[in-house]
Amino acid sequence: MTKREAQPLRTGLHFMNGNEACAEGAIAAGCRFVAGYPITPSTEVVEHLARRFPRIGGMFIQMEDEIASSICFQGAVWAGHKAMTVTSGPGLSLMMEHIGFAAMTETPSVFINVQRAGPSTGLPTAAAQGDIMQVRWGSHGDYAIIALCPSSPQECFDLTIEAFNLAERYRCPTFLMMDETVGHMMGKVRIPDAADLTVEPRRNTTRAPGDYQPYATYDGSDVPEMTRAGDGHAIHVTGLTHNEKGYPDMSFAVHDALVRRLQRKVHTHTSELFRLEADGLDDADVVVVAFGITAGIAAYAVTQARALGRRVGLLRLITLWPFDEARIRTLTANARAVIVAEMNLGQVCLQVSRAVQGRIPVHHIGNPGGPVIEPEEILAAIEGAAT
Amino acid sequence: MEKFNVFASRLLPKEDYLCSGHRACQGCAEVLAMRLIHKALGRNTIVASATGCMEIISSPFPETAWNLPWMHVAFENAATVASGIESGYKALMRKGRIPQRKINFIAYGGDGATADIGLQWVSGAMERGHNMIYVCYDNEAYMNTGIQRSSSTPFGASTTTSPAGRESDGQATWKKNVTAIMAAHDIPYVATVNPSYPFDLFQKIRKAAAVDGPAYIHAYSCCPTGWRMRTDLAVQIGRLAVETAVAPLYEIENGKLRITQPIEKIRPVRDYLKIQGRFRHLKDTIIDDIETRLHQEYRALEARQAREQEEA
Repeated sequence: MTKREAQPLRTGLHFMNGNEACAEGAIAAGCRFVAGYPITPSTEVVEHLARRFPRIGGMFIQMEDEIASSICFQGAVWAGHKAMTVTSGPGLSLMMEHIGFAAMTETPSVFINVQRAGPSTGLPTAAAQGDIMQVRWGSHGDYAIIALCPSSPQECFDLTIEAFNLAERYRCPTFLMMDETVGHMMGKVRIPDAADLTVEPRRNTTRAPGDYQPYATYDGSDVPEMTRAGDGHAIHVTGLTHNEKGYPDMSFAVHDALVRRLQRKVHTHTSELFRLEADGLDDADVVVVAFGITAGIAAYAVTQARALGRRVGLLRLITLWPFDEARIRTLTANARAVIVAEMNLGQVCLQVSRAVQGRIPVHHIGNPGGPVIEPEEILAAIEGAAT
Repeated sequence: MEKFNVFASRLLPKEDYLCSGHRACQGCAEVLAMRLIHKALGRNTIVASATGCMEIISSPFPETAWNLPWMHVAFENAATVASGIESGYKALMRKGRIPQRKINFIAYGGDGATADIGLQWVSGAMERGHNMIYVCYDNEAYMNTGIQRSSSTPFGASTTTSPAGRESDGQATWKKNVTAIMAAHDIPYVATVNPSYPFDLFQKIRKAAAVDGPAYIHAYSCCPTGWRMRTDLAVQIGRLAVETAVAPLYEIENGKLRITQPIEKIRPVRDYLKIQGRFRHLKDTIIDDIETRLHQEYRALEARQAREQEEA
């Protein structure tokens, strides 16, 4: 047992919960540094890593709060590690300053957020999907982020790796939007061989010192190449508006170019980043949009409705940000109504409404967190929308 | 330990402001400390509480156990909201909107809320000089979320985020001395208390309420759930903590330190460690290191007390 424990990648079939699967996904993605702070319902992620890391050369540090956690791991990133932090609602609220910092300094950073019901302390042990807008807009100023939303323990594993890959590719804050139910749900998790995993390395520069500027873009991708402090390149990391050399430059022109690039480097890739699963949309009069724990429930409701002869389709969102409005518009082009089922009072619903531009009604089914949405609620909404 | 049965509760006030019906674990010494604190403070008290065990066991309906005005904000800011309450009442009294009277403003936080996430907030309240009492109930880990280490967890203790095993002997750092940090603010009153010494606790709380300005109380609070020990040893372990110099009882009044329960001969720390599962992995060499350090710390307290008595 102890021998098996010491393997970094635990290839094979497992029965584990979403939080543990997320921790294993981080290990599989090459993450060896985590800074965190206990908060329900995310704590199992760091507890699992506190046991796993010492034997595989990783390090978990329990910090004094979430403010510290969310910047400590960014220090480790600049030291050359793949690193992340893990939290839930109130902790996420405390992290806002450093989410903006990660965006501004283009630190490849992964934030695991196991959502619980807010606002404030709310329902610490109950699920919610209410942080969708907060992760997109929570820190001040304009920037771009990526957010993925798993529906099962297997996806917690897969999408944690994906989150690390996207963070490395786009050098922006990347969020894994779990929720209490997915985090605590036990399920089958298949961990593949290392050869079957796609793990993106850091985009470290191969340029010689003197021929490299840390915030210049060399390959036309809008994403600069990285370097580590100590590798010989001049490196200056700051949340102040900075020029391509990385030095603070508070001229308006530099600010304008920098912040526009921070958005552009992600948003020009929206269509490839926006992952979803569409089921039965070809003939659908009514399209149900759901994600996370709600997606499985919506799938059941859609199956029931189809058995009743309703022409219903399901859109399961895997990427929440960036949100591809054009894609949603195309996929709902033949529908007569859209139902968005989510455990908040209308966040993704707002995005879907913007996408359909008033062409068809968009109904919202949800609650402010607490109990998961019942399939009967979605079924009733389908019945209402179809008639 | 021989005089263990002398506690006579009839010598304390009958009234309770933290009442029965709460949902603390069996053997919880925190809630015992809290109940005694409120016997000492009486009715004219307003409570601010951080997130933590004491918040979650005493506040949710229908197990709400408070017979006092009570406010919970978040994890880090009990001292800060208490500062606001105190200042608000002060302003109302100064303007004559409410009659002048003595009100106890008390803020609670666990060791995580005090030593970790709330340290700067408690520090701010002490520095600003509000007429309030801050109580840290120290059960030496985040028990409410399931036994994660804090900076107040003692060296060698196994928790879920400092697990003992082949690569680790549990908590790798020494316990943060928050009492000393608060004393460094030069506030009028700082004391350590322990519910296994109820009269000592009672007198210190009365003193803390009487001083003009901030007071800091550090309450040693055993947690059988998190310490992996028998619940019926909760009061006894508090005694052992004092007799082994794990948690000496002292007060610092206007900068002068006085040990309120002097130890003539320090008991072996093994007596204290061996009844707790969180320490059961410790090797003899580590226990010796712990003992050496505890003795040094206690001698330093004694030396300071002697020096200050000489100066006086």
